[in-house]
Amino acid sequence: MSSPTPVGEPEVQTIRLDQDVVRVRQLVRTHAVAARLSLVEQTKLVTAASELARNTLVHGGGGRAEIQLVMNGPRRGVQASFTDEGPGIADLDLALTDGYTTAGGLGLGLSGARRLVDEFALDSKPGTGTRVTVVKWAR
Amino acid sequence: MLNATSGRWLTDVLRAHEEQIVAAWVEKVSATLRGRLTTAELDRQVRELLATLSKLGAEVDEVDLSAPTAAELRGVLADLSRARARSGFSSTETAVSVFALKDAVLAVIDLNDGDAVRDYLGFSRLTDQMGLFTFETYAAAREELITDQAHQLLELSTPVVKLWEGVLAVPLVGTLDSARAQVVMEKLLQALVDTGSAYAIIDITGVPAVDTQVAQHVLKTVVAARLMGAECVISGIRPQIAQTIVALGIEFGDISTKASLADALVLAMRASGSDVVRRTAKDS
Amino acid sequence: MERIPVLKLKDLLLVSIQVDLEDQSAIQLQEDLAERIVDTGAHGVIIDITALEIVDSFIGRMLSSIASISKVLDARTVVVGMRPAVAITLVELGLSLPGVRTALDVERGIELLTGMGDEEGAAT
Repeated sequence: MSSPTPVGEPEVQTIRLDQDVVRVRQLVRTHAVAARLSLVEQTKLVTAASELARNTLVHGGGGRAEIQLVMNGPRRGVQASFTDEGPGIADLDLALTDGYTTAGGLGLGLSGARRLVDEFALDSKPGTGTRVTVVKWAR
Repeated sequence: MLNATSGRWLTDVLRAHEEQIVAAWVEKVSATLRGRLTTAELDRQVRELLATLSKLGAEVDEVDLSAPTAAELRGVLADLSRARARSGFSSTETAVSVFALKDAVLAVIDLNDGDAVRDYLGFSRLTDQMGLFTFETYAAAREELITDQAHQLLELSTPVVKLWEGVLAVPLVGTLDSARAQVVMEKLLQALVDTGSAYAIIDITGVPAVDTQVAQHVLKTVVAARLMGAECVISGIRPQIAQTIVALGIEFGDISTKASLADALVLAMRASGSDVVRRTAKDS
Repeated sequence: MERIPVLKLKDLLLVSIQVDLEDQSAIQLQEDLAERIVDTGAHGVIIDITALEIVDSFIGRMLSSIASISKVLDARTVVVGMRPAVAITLVELGLSLPGVRTALDVERGIELLTGMGDEEGAAT
């Protein structure tokens, strides 16, 4: 992972209800526009954020999202992290495999989200929760 | 005192000798810019920079370009260098626009006054800071410009043509790398929506070689078009390409492929409800 | 939670999703549609997603579910108006919307369902 320099303060959105996932989408969209991502890049990022926010809600028992504008030299981007204090992911490799679905029938969508972003970092231990951080850069 | 510019001194000098400094500065800069900017424009730029410097000097004890208080000054410098970069001036020409300030101010200093000389040395450091900053912003702006131009070139070299009511064609010419494939896909899909076309012909006659990567790109485009409710036909498949495709095991599945663009057009037209009929001598 | 209106258009049901879809609204839509299909005996469902800026895996699955449920109830579903950026993202995500037929717009969706342009339809 590169070391993106944060620009300004991160905006935090708690993820506790259904409509919070929608709010996360809108928040990410606003930042993506500010970072001058193209329409397709915006769409990919917001979609990834939607997946991750939902994961936080459904599998993590709720948590929060932090969205931040970042810079790497002249390039601008958006960084989004999703944190929860849920059960954690026992088998990271398995979770990142395409098509992986938990017993509840809801796919974790992690591998899909990973394909949509430029940088992806996953930190999870059973019992201590999960933190996923993604970055998308403007071309 | 040598390491910092006294705010008060700066404001005093700049205000007391404004006209002289402006005149000297403009003269020096226009000499290097060789008439590409009008004197009036230069005058305006110089006065804006001086005004920002004066204002900053009045607000702080020590003027430091990297301090938060100097945000406006950095902004003005950045605008200046971006404008230079976009207009095609060289990095030296841009830096000179700032360094010329040193000589202009030196000319109004009493060199026998030890204090003034000390203040000037601090000011010289400030100008160095400003020159370096301008240089960096210039470099960044040039890179941005080049990226923009590269993108524009990419856009221009991927035309989407309307062949018939509801039938679009994308003649691909040259190598199809990731960046290009992305642009082609986006342009084609948007054109489908804009023209309300349900058919697209992707012609690869002009693509020299097809490998798995290229095939993937084309496939993605076709799948995306299908998701939107449009169908694609791939045409222009040369004999060697056909052999490569089979050898590589690339599966086009149920995607129609035609050797010639003409055949692809007839296919698309028929599918969209038109028919092509050859008139006989009797009919004309 | 916003409830998405379902309109009846002769033998068809038309759903136009205008808002940023919450998961609950999506689930509610599925239920509402199933009920309306049975109530009206409709044989076709058109879901207009022109206004949707994103389609993630949940919404994608909802669309597939609706198609499957409608089929069981003897109705065919067509999804129309997908935005290019959404289509590109779905391809990248690897979501193929199984069982969902698509058309460019409502008009073509209707043509598809009323069998007039059956060959034109693109089934994914």
